[in-house]
Amino acid sequence: MSTGAGAAPTPPQWGLWSQQALAVLRIELRKVFWGKRSFALYLLCLGPLLLLAGRAFVLWRGWVREDPAAAAVFYANIYQSFVLRFVLFFGCAWIFTNLFRGEILDRTLHFYFLSPIRREVLVVAKFCSGLIAAVTFFGATTAATLVLLYAPYGASTAVERVLGGSGIGTSVAYLGVTALGCLGYGAVFLATGLLVRNPMIPAVAILGWESINFLLPPLLKKLSVIYYLVSLCPIPISQGPIALMADPTPAWISVPGLLALTLGVLLVARWRIRDAEISYGTD
Amino acid sequence: MSDDLNGIDFENVSKFYGDVLGVNRVELTIPPGITSLVGPNGSGKTTLMNLMTGLLRPTRGRIRVLGIPTDRPELLHHRVGYCTAYDSFPRALTGYQFLYSYLRVHGRAAADARALTWRALERVNLTDAAERHIGAYSKGMRQRIKLAQAIAHEPTVLILDEPLNGLDPMVRSEVIALLRELAHEGRHIVLSSHILHEVDLVSDRVVILSQGYVVAEGSIQSVRREIVEHPIQVLVRCDRPSLLASRIFEQDHVVEAKIVEDRRGLLVHTRDADRFYLLLNRIVVDSGIRVESVAPADEDVQAVYQYLVGSEGGTA
Repeated sequence: MSTGAGAAPTPPQWGLWSQQALAVLRIELRKVFWGKRSFALYLLCLGPLLLLAGRAFVLWRGWVREDPAAAAVFYANIYQSFVLRFVLFFGCAWIFTNLFRGEILDRTLHFYFLSPIRREVLVVAKFCSGLIAAVTFFGATTAATLVLLYAPYGASTAVERVLGGSGIGTSVAYLGVTALGCLGYGAVFLATGLLVRNPMIPAVAILGWESINFLLPPLLKKLSVIYYLVSLCPIPISQGPIALMADPTPAWISVPGLLALTLGVLLVARWRIRDAEISYGTD
Repeated sequence: MSDDLNGIDFENVSKFYGDVLGVNRVELTIPPGITSLVGPNGSGKTTLMNLMTGLLRPTRGRIRVLGIPTDRPELLHHRVGYCTAYDSFPRALTGYQFLYSYLRVHGRAAADARALTWRALERVNLTDAAERHIGAYSKGMRQRIKLAQAIAHEPTVLILDEPLNGLDPMVRSEVIALLRELAHEGRHIVLSSHILHEVDLVSDRVVILSQGYVVAEGSIQSVRREIVEHPIQVLVRCDRPSLLASRIFEQDHVVEAKIVEDRRGLLVHTRDADRFYLLLNRIVVDSGIRVESVAPADEDVQAVYQYLVGSEGGTA
C-alpha cells in the first residue's frame, strides 16, 4: 500500500489541474444551460430582445420614423439603463451566486469537496464556467439586440451598422463592455455567494449602490462596477439633471481595474474556500 | 502519537459548532478492516465521518488518514471514498453521467473513467438503470448509486454513513457481501448504522459514541469484557442444566444461572468468563454432562450498546 505524501507541498500539476477544471466546466455548463433553474435566465435575456423586436415592428409598419443615428442613441440608453443595470446585473447575480450557494442549497457541494481537486482549481473552474455562461447569454443578447436595432432599415444598412466601417467598432465595444460586465459583476457575486449565507441581501445592497452611482461624488463613483462599464460604452448618455458628473475613466484604467477586481475577488474566494466546511446535515 | 500510514488517526480531536459540541477529545486509531460507528442520533457519528473526510475541520486536534492530513483534499480523496447520508444529487444527470463526470473531476482519462464507471455500476447492480435519471431512482437505487460513487475510484479507505438505509433485505445482503469483499481486498471500511444486528454481522471492530465522546472502541468481545459492571452472559446448551446449575452456584464469580425455557440449556451470568470456562470444563469432565454448545449471549453490539449508552438504540 503506498503512503500519502503527508503535508509536504506538491509541485504544480498544470496538466491534471486543467483536466479537472475542464471536467468541472462540463458539469457546470450543463447545469447552467440545461438546468430547470436557468429558465429565469432565458426569460431575462428575452426582455431586451422583445423590446427591440417591438421597436423593429413599429418602425417596419411605419408607425414611427427614426433614422439610424437616432437609433444608436436609443440603443445606448437601452443598453446602459436596461441591459447593463438590469439584465446583466441580475443575470450575473443569478449565475455567480448559484455557483456555490446554489450547490449548498441543493446539498451537492460535497461531491466536489470529496474529489481530489484543489479547492483553488475548483473556484477558478466554477468562475470560468459562470463567465462562459454569462458571456454566452448576455453577449448573444447584446449581439441580437444590435441586429434587431438596425433590422428595420434593411439588410444592407443593418450589416453596415453592425459589422461594417465604424459599426464594427461600436458592436465590439458593446460586446466588450458586456464581457467586462460579466467579469466584474461575476467576481462581486461569486464573493457574495461564498461569504454571505443569504446573498440576496448584499445583492440588493449592491443594486442600490450601483443605482445611485450617478448621484455619488467622483471618488465614490469609482467604487462601483457600473461606473467603469459606462465609461467604456461607445456612446455616452445623459445621467439626468441631478447627476454629479465625473470624467470617464479611460479604457487603459477601466479594463485592468476590472481585471484586478476579479483577481482580488478570486484570491478572497481562494482563502474562503480552502477553509470551507460542509455541514448541511445533522448527526 | 506517531503517524500511522495504514490507519486513520484522531489525535485529541474536538469539534464544536459554535457552542454546540460535535465530538470531544477523540483519541482513536482505526486499522484496516470493517469498523462500525455506533451511537444514538446526535452522538457524533456523522461529525466524525465528516472530520475524517475533510468536510469539517477540527476545532482542536489533528486527523490523518493513511498519513495524509485531511485539509489536503487533492491527496486525501484519491485514497478515500465517502458515501454520505445526504440523499441529494446534481440535477438532470443519469446514474452513468453522475459517476463518469465526477471521475473526470478526479482527473481520470475518459477511457479509464468509462471503465471505472461500469465497474462500479456492476458492483452495486445498477447497470440496467445506468442511463436513467437519478431523479427517477427509488430510495434503494439512490443509496446504491451513492455507494457506487464512493467506490468508483477504488479508494483504500471507504467511509459509509448509514449505507444500509432504505435497502430491501435482498439488496442489504448484497451490500453486506460487497462490504465484506472490499474489506477482504484490504481496504478500511468505516460505517455507521442503526441496524445493530447487521453491524454485528459485518464489523471487525466498533466505536461506540455517546454525546460526542468515544465511550468504547475495539472488537465487540474486548469491549464487552471491559464492561465489568454488567456480568457476562454465557448460554450453555446441555442435557442436564439443573445439575450444571447446582455445581456452578458454589463459585463467587457466578452471579446468576437460569434454566432456559426448553430446559435444554443454562444461561449463566458471570463476572469472570475465563474462570467460568475453566470451571465448565472441569464440571463436564467430572459429571459427564453432555454439552451441545457454549456461546456468549451478550457479546454483541446490541448488548454492548445498551450497557454503555443505556438505550435500546435503533434496531430497524
